[in-house]
Amino acid sequence: MGKLYKFLKYFFITFWAVFVVAPFLWAISTSFKDFNSVNGGATYIPWVDFEPKLEGWKVLIKSPANGGVDIVEPYFNSLFVTCTASLISIVLGTLSAYALSRFTFKAGFVKNNDITFFFISQRIMPPIVLSIPFFLFLGAINLLDSLIGLIVVYIVLLMPIAVWIMVDFFNKVPREIDETALIDGCNPYQAFFKVVLPNSIPGLIVAGMFCIIFGWIDFFFAFILTFTEVQLLPVKIVALNSSITPWWSLSASALVSVAPLIIVAFIVERYLSKGNLSGAIK
Amino acid sequence: MNLVAENLSYKPDKQFHLNEVSFNFKKGNIYTILGRTLSGKTTLLKTIAGLLTPNSGEMQFEDKDFLKVPVWERNIAMVYQQFINYPHLNVFENVAFPLKQRKVDNQEINDVVLKSLKSVGLEGYENRKIQELSGGQQQRVSLARSLVKNAKILLLDEPLVNLDYKLREQLREEFKNIFSQGLSEESIVIFSTTDPREAMELNGEVIVLDEGKVLQVGSAKEIFENPKTLKVAEISNDPPMNILQANIDTNQIKFEGIEVNAPNHLNNVKDKNFNLGIRASDIELSNNGFEFEVELAEISGSETLLHLKRGDAKIITSIEEVMNFNINDKVKINFKINKVYAFNEEGILASSPFGGSYV
Repeated sequence: MGKLYKFLKYFFITFWAVFVVAPFLWAISTSFKDFNSVNGGATYIPWVDFEPKLEGWKVLIKSPANGGVDIVEPYFNSLFVTCTASLISIVLGTLSAYALSRFTFKAGFVKNNDITFFFISQRIMPPIVLSIPFFLFLGAINLLDSLIGLIVVYIVLLMPIAVWIMVDFFNKVPREIDETALIDGCNPYQAFFKVVLPNSIPGLIVAGMFCIIFGWIDFFFAFILTFTEVQLLPVKIVALNSSITPWWSLSASALVSVAPLIIVAFIVERYLSKGNLSGAIK
Repeated sequence: MNLVAENLSYKPDKQFHLNEVSFNFKKGNIYTILGRTLSGKTTLLKTIAGLLTPNSGEMQFEDKDFLKVPVWERNIAMVYQQFINYPHLNVFENVAFPLKQRKVDNQEINDVVLKSLKSVGLEGYENRKIQELSGGQQQRVSLARSLVKNAKILLLDEPLVNLDYKLREQLREEFKNIFSQGLSEESIVIFSTTDPREAMELNGEVIVLDEGKVLQVGSAKEIFENPKTLKVAEISNDPPMNILQANIDTNQIKFEGIEVNAPNHLNNVKDKNFNLGIRASDIELSNNGFEFEVELAEISGSETLLHLKRGDAKIITSIEEVMNFNINDKVKINFKINKVYAFNEEGILASSPFGGSYV
């Protein structure tokens, strides 16, 4: 029993690891191939199976005039839009989540839970429902095809995630901690910034991570709300695909586009294992 | 200059959490709020702290309308029944927090905090994380934090209830010492508890609270000797005082087929029917006593609590030794009849062995 269990355990772990890592290995090796190596049948090992070339990577930074596609600008656009929208969403979302968790709101039959649900409901709708209103709205205020317009739209999409995660998190932080801070001479703002916030770092990190991921991978709105002036990375990568599919540069751009998420995941993992709330209340 | 409240009521929904509570707390004294769970003790303390705003009533402290002073300017301290500390700070920083908030000079903070930690027996724990401490130690940290402030009002909301028996006994002793030395004549200490023994031991003025109403105010001794009503008698005794339906006729008390001579202090009981109150400790096993049936026997510490039944009458007695009983055993007991209380049919004290009467 014990041996079989151990065998099965490692078998599935290995299987899963291969399943997850194999596409990356495939992308890495493909990004160093050229036209001939890709079309000459399945090859995997550089220098043995095929001659590695840097062409796939070079195309990404060359300007279009030199036959490249230049993803540098879309890359930084994406970074800027995602980070700014995530930051604003986290700040606004955390403040509203704290209010929803600690104060009682009542307007007719609308209470705290209804307001929380209203936030989350923004994510329940399929994005296509929102696309036309967004398009008309941004058109009306002249923000179509601009970074600021995209940031506005992404805040609408990301803030519900932040509110959702942080309401849940604040509900688990005992109210008595805030009260003790008040008793110890903090006004409500000081209580929030000096006591509640430092104890909410794990929640903030989780919420931030989700915002960054959802913002970074969004293709749909970036595609609909931009044309030529501003381009985001996912749209640019898809645009690489022309009459012939450039597998090498597609693979290279896929790798650079997941790189930030991998870095975020490593940072977050370290913080998540550190933070916990025990000791506040036993 | 006292903390004076008049007719405080708090009714967040359909039920009163506080119902016309009035009090007059003097500086330099300890007050104990005694009541069962959900009697409104925490609500009362939070109202004094300013965390809750009463629906009606007034509260004055140092000639100011206290209800208008925000929590953070009230100069109070509070210890919760849960062990509330700041989890992101270590022990020293936790205790120093209120002083830093007041912008006290660093050197002074250092001295005061170390002294305070010493007084609660946590010397050498300054750099520990809160999470590394046991429950009792965590509660000492919050006590230390509330002591450094030199607060004018110190609120303790059942601070010992979540601790195990031994620690509770030990901390209770320490609390008494700390209160007797460490507090200035300028402070009011308000201690809430469900445990009558705690109230008696702290020996301050006791306020008996039930369903948001103040039932009786008096010294611990007074409440113990002359409980004003049946409710007070139940709340201020652990186990609760036994109450039996009885009637008195020509100096004979009768209940459940038992007849005994009425003691002298019951002479002034006018009603024929009354409620007979007797403490669990005033009932003893005796070979020529009255027969009761054992419903339940619990051993608690070095005493045995016997739940007994005879007809409709149910009583609890405590025996000062560990004994084993089986359910449905027959035991014979006697009442220390000169220690019984009489409450009239409305539940008001009619006669007590200590001479009190509210009829």
